[in-house]
Formats: sequence, C-alpha cells, structure tokens
Amino acid sequence: MAKGRVEIDRERCKGCEVCIGACPVSILALSSSVNGKGYAYAEAVLPEKCTGCANCALVCPDGCIEVWRD
Amino acid sequence: MEKVYSKPRLLTDAVMHYCPGCSHGTIHKIVAEVIAELGIESSTIGVSPVGCSVFAYKYIDIDWIQAAHGRACAVASAVKRLEPEKMVFTYQGDGDLSAIGTGETIHACNRGENIAVIYVNNAIYGMTGGQMAPTTLVGMKTSTSPGGREVNIHGYPFKVADMVAQLEGVCYVTRQSVHTPASVRKAKKAIRLAFENALAGKGLSFVEVVSSCNSGWKMSPVGANEWMEQNMFPFYKLGDIKV
Repeated sequence: MAKGRVEIDRERCKGCEVCIGACPVSILALSSSVNGKGYAYAEAVLPEKCTGCANCALVCPDGCIEVWRD
Repeated sequence: MEKVYSKPRLLTDAVMHYCPGCSHGTIHKIVAEVIAELGIESSTIGVSPVGCSVFAYKYIDIDWIQAAHGRACAVASAVKRLEPEKMVFTYQGDGDLSAIGTGETIHACNRGENIAVIYVNNAIYGMTGGQMAPTTLVGMKTSTSPGGREVNIHGYPFKVADMVAQLEGVCYVTRQSVHTPASVRKAKKAIRLAFENALAGKGLSFVEVVSSCNSGWKMSPVGANEWMEQNMFPFYKLGDIKV
C-alpha cells in the first residue's frame, strides 16, 4: 500500500524530466505517448512505491504535480 | 490521503511560455507561495523586466508593472516611495539587471530602497538567442562567443551580488539555486526573508538565483542542471553573502 500519490497534469507537463531525477524512490518516467503540445510527459510508473515526499512537485517548473500523503 | 502539495494559489492557470525545465517557472512558484504565506497578495507590487520573465505578470496573480529594459529597480524605487505600505519587488534576469540596468541597480542598492530584488542569473541572454552576457563564464560558448569567452577580449564575468553586498543600503544578499528539492526550500526561505525585510523597512534585499538556460546553453534540462553544478557554482558560490 503506497504511502503517497502523485497526480500529474499531463497537458501542462513539458517533459523536462527534472522531477524524474528528484524522486528518491525512482517511480517516475517519461511516457511513450505525447500530450497535445507534442511533449512526452512524466508519469508514475511505480505508483505503489510513492512516499508522498513531494520532491518531484517542488522542482517541477510548471506546477504540474499534485501530491497526497497518508 | 491528505493533499500535501499543489500548484500555488497565486500561480495562474496560464501555461508558462518558458522552455521545458527553465528555472523561471520554479522561482515563480516559490515567489507565489511566499506572497500567499505572508498574506500580502493585495498589497504586493512586482516589477517585471525585459527578458524571458517579461511576462511574469501573466503567471503570478498580483499587481505588476513591466519596466523598460534594465529600469526595474528605478521603477520599484518610485513605486515604494509613492506607496510605502506596499511590498515592492523586482524580478530581473542577468541581461536586464547586470547589463543595461547596472546603474539603476547599484544606485537603488546604495540608496537603500526598501524593496526586494530577485535576480535570476543564467549567464546568458536567453530570450534573444543565447548571446554572451556580462555574467557569462570564462570559456563559456555562446552565440556571440562561439570560441568561448576570452578575458583579454571580453573581460571577466560580473559578480553583481558580491559587489552590491559592499553597499550600506543593502541589508541582505544571498545566492541560491532551485535545481534540487533542498535548494528550492532554501531559496524559498531566502525570498521570504527578503520580502520580510522590505516590509520591515530594513533596506534593500538582493536574492540571486543561479539558474540554467538549457536552450541557450544547448543542453537538455537535466544536463544543464548538472553543468550548472559543475561550472556555475564554483564561480557563483551559493550561500549568504550579507545577512
């Protein structure tokens, strides 16, 4: 059972990948599909490991990420 | 589950025009958070520059004035004197503050205007196509220094924060970054202190944020952050310069 959860606004995301390196448990990756602007977007590929630390959201330049925690 | 992080309330829904991974977005977010936390959104006036962050007024939902190139500190001085109860800050890049606006910046600092200055230094002219700026590192390649900056032709990179720290009107000078979660938290504390100083009438606070310009530097966003750590930080050392 995950302690945290991230929700990424895929249409707002520009696929810069800064969040991916900021995640201490490496749950984020770039999607294989693209959004309306043509960017591959960040998504949680291992959501069950999320701790809800919000590091990804802190470094996201576009404010795309919302974080929940138990 | 409890929501622990979302887009700051004062950040508008407009999608920022910045390139993917640009530090401006992160700095905008922490400025918006600090203004909301201090509860001063209805009494804050920002002065935006010429440069990539010229459109800051579209992204943070407070009152703004957009100044002529380099003149943000002069405009902010006037606004603060006319509206002394307001919290007034400038948001400027290195092409604006350390080049065409050097005079306005130094004299606002020396007069000890009760404003906060947020200075985003990415060592390049980002908006106009990656030309060399006064802050460009020695040896750094730009579109106008394709062989790298040479001291005997272009002089040395300009450390504005260290220089204004010498002026008596300046109460707080710090150099921060926003490329990691820890650095974002520290930069936010610095901006909060700068805004509190401006509200308390302690003089001018100067917060430099060493930033990346991945498109101007011709790198990936993550690669630009790594390059910044390896090359910018040894010259533009992070930390408080004057407290």
